[in-house]
Parts: sequence; structure tokens; C-alpha cells
Amino acid sequence: MQDFGQAFSLAFQLIVSADPMLSEIIFLSLRVSLSAVIIASVIGLGIGATVGIVRFPGRSAIIVFLNALMGLPPVVVGLLVYMSLSHAGPFGWLHLLYTPTAMIVAQTVLVTPIIASLSRQVIEDLYIEYREQFLSLGVPPKMAVAALLWDARYSLLTVALAGFGRAIAEVGAVIIVGGNIKHVTRVMTTAIALETSKGDLALALALGLILILIALSVNATVSLLRLNASNSAYA
Amino acid sequence: MPSDVETLQPERISTDPAQSLFPLKVRQLVYNVGKQRLIDGIDLTIEKDRRTIIMGPNGAGKSLLLRLLHGLLTPTEGEICWGETPRVDQARQRQALVFQRPVLLRRSVGANLCFALKLRRYTRAEREERLRHILELASLSHLADRPARVLSQGEQQRVAVARALVLEPEVLLLDEPTVSLDPVSVEAIEELILAVHRRGTKIILVTHDMAQARRLADEVVFLEQGRVVEHSLSRQFFQQPSAATAHIYGSSRVVL
Repeated sequence: MQDFGQAFSLAFQLIVSADPMLSEIIFLSLRVSLSAVIIASVIGLGIGATVGIVRFPGRSAIIVFLNALMGLPPVVVGLLVYMSLSHAGPFGWLHLLYTPTAMIVAQTVLVTPIIASLSRQVIEDLYIEYREQFLSLGVPPKMAVAALLWDARYSLLTVALAGFGRAIAEVGAVIIVGGNIKHVTRVMTTAIALETSKGDLALALALGLILILIALSVNATVSLLRLNASNSAYA
Repeated sequence: MPSDVETLQPERISTDPAQSLFPLKVRQLVYNVGKQRLIDGIDLTIEKDRRTIIMGPNGAGKSLLLRLLHGLLTPTEGEICWGETPRVDQARQRQALVFQRPVLLRRSVGANLCFALKLRRYTRAEREERLRHILELASLSHLADRPARVLSQGEQQRVAVARALVLEPEVLLLDEPTVSLDPVSVEAIEELILAVHRRGTKIILVTHDMAQARRLADEVVFLEQGRVVEHSLSRQFFQQPSAATAHIYGSSRVVL
């Protein structure tokens, strides 16, 4: 096994030289996770806004259910999506198994409850503040929802970030439905798992460092946005 | 259980401006929270032209009555009739309420006012003209682009009053709008209130401030423990109140 010093040195070389294999894996990871987060945000914000604002029978049960789904084990999601997309499954005819699309589907299933649950809390808190004023002004429902989403945008951005963090760092689901196929479905987390098992720590470390760098960059950007918004009392 | 958003549907409520909102008649109004009776059989008739001030000690039910009149709460018993308008939610479309603590959107002053203007189907040019006019009226022109929530409390309350006024309500309800404001801010808000009253808007204002009541009241409704104990013209109320508590209150032996 290479020693750690050598592994780090090789990792930096790979990053600095923009190794094609490394770049391909990073871009696929970003493509899959960003797509999943965008789709999950559309679905999750819709669910979050509805459950946050509308009072209906069974609402509390749905909130508990959504909160419980936040802790979905990725391997279970992977298994369920695998079964759905396999030839014998209901969506087998789509032939999506072992494609990036299958990975997007799996990550969307994982991330949607997180975005729905956290956005429900954010929107509900804001709605409690605005409710009487909206009622007094006679704000129509569509306009009320749009106003809540807009005014909560910085908090919701943090929610989306939490979803992105979950998606980009997840390995269990994508390895089951994607298969970790070289040049096709190999993403950062599955590559790290594979290269570590093969003893190629340099590539694994390089990917790990980039994964951390991405997480830090996204967090820093959102923190700056929020800070700026807080200073202007927009957050 | 009805959804909250189902009640937020002004476009589905037909309002007829020809129907007068006055006289406002309140009959045997009761509002309970659990077993506690907070509004206890109020009977009241209010005419259009006077500035009506609702007063009373803490917990008398003043703010609650204002919310009931505006239709934000549903009475446990009794009825509220705004003139010929059959339903309180229909009447609410022609009113505006200013809360004790202004609820402003996380936007600029201008955007807060535009939000209210968009509720009416004005053209863009009409919106801009009305925005400019109301900013001038409320002396807020220089603050139009500032985030509303970083303003002082007095400025925020002026934004809240201005937002209420852009809707050109026939009735302006105000729930202690000047509490804890400095005298300059109080004067600015009172001037606004008087200006809109001169233009024909009915004013119903809840206050603790005796001096403010003397300045603004045409008539006073005095509440105690959820009941109206006195309803009289301001001159009579301040000189010879009939109810004992109103007398003590009026002579400022009770400081609230």
C-alpha cells in the first residue's frame, strides 16, 4: 500500500494536472447531484409550501412521515429504485438501470423528503408571521405562496444546500442503481469506494479532497448570501 | 376543517361598492377561548363619519373586538353587520387593518407598497402613480428603496399605514398603532390618520393613550371585561363619563 505522503502528493498532481479521468468523474457527480437537487427542490418546495400553509386532516401525520423520511437509508432507496427500474419492475421498459438518469432518480427520492420537511418548517414559520396580514389584505393563495417562497428564499437556499450535501456525499443508492461503470456511471463517492478497495489511495484522496472543496465552496457561497441578506433584513 | 388559504380568496368574493358599510351593527357578540369568555355580549352601533376610538384596560378585549370586526376571527355567538354587506369577509375587502406591530415583508419600502397595489388590478402606470402619491403622503419618498425591516419602529409603522392606505379602504382599523413610538412618529401617524379621515375614510382606532384619544376621538367606546361599559361622544366621555372605570381611566388614576 502506498504511504499517505505519497498518496497526498499524487492526489495533488492529479488535481493540478486536471486529470481527464478525475474531471470526468467530478462533472458526472455534479451533473447527477445538481439535477437531483433541482428536481427535488421543485417537488419538495411544492410539498413543503402545501403542508406548511394548508390545514387539512392528517397533516400532522404527514409532517411526522416527512420527518421520518429524512433519515431514509440510501441503500434502501437504491434497492427500491433498482427494483422499480429492473426489467421485472414497473418502469423496466424505460431501460434506465445503470444510467446516470437512474442515479438522478435515486438521489431525487433521497433528497425530496429533506427539502420538503425543512422547507415546510421555514414556510410555516413565515406564514405564521404573515398570516393575519395576508388575510387582512386579501392576498389570493397563489400570490401568498409566491410571496412566502420569495421572502424565505435565503432560508430555502440553505435547505437546498442541505439536500445537495446529502446527494453529493451519498454512495449506497447510486452504486446500486448506477453500478459504478467506468466512463458511464462512476461518480466521486463510488470511485472513492472502489479505488480505496483497490488500494489506489491517490485517486481516492484526490476525489475526497475535491468533494470537501465542493462542500466548502457551496457552504461559503450560501453563508455569504445569507449574511448579505441578514444585513439588509431580507433574510 | 377549512384551510387557511381557502379564506384568502378575495377574487371569489363579490363585493358591491354600492352597498354601504354603515351603520355597523354589532349584536350580542360573544367570543370564547376554551371556557373563557373574552367578549361578552357586545351590542354596538357605529356610524360612518365619526372617528371612533376604542379604549379600555388591558385584557378588556379591544384588539379582539377589532379583529372580530375585521373578520380575522369568527365570533362564538352574535352577529356583525357592516351596513348592507351580508358577510364580514365581503366587508373586509373594503377595509384595512394596521396592527400594533407592523408586519412588513422582507423587501424594500416601495416593494411592500407595490405588493398591496398588485392586489388591485391597476396598470403598471397607475401603480407607479399611486406609489409615488402615497410615498409623498406618508413622507416616505426618501426611504422607498430601503429594506423595510431595517427602518425605525416609527418609520415601519408609517410604512404599514401607507400600505393600508394604497388600497384606498373605506374603513381604516388601527390597533394601537403608536404604542412605544416617539412623539415625532406619533404626530406623523396621527397626521396621516387625520388626512385620510378628511378624505372620507372611517377611522376605528384602539388606543391606551388618553392624550391621543382626546386629539383624535369623535366618539369613544369603552370596554371592560369584554363588555361595552360606555359608548359616548368624546366631549361627554372626557368630561362626564358615566361608567366608573371610564371615569377613573379618564382622570388618569389608572396608568396603563
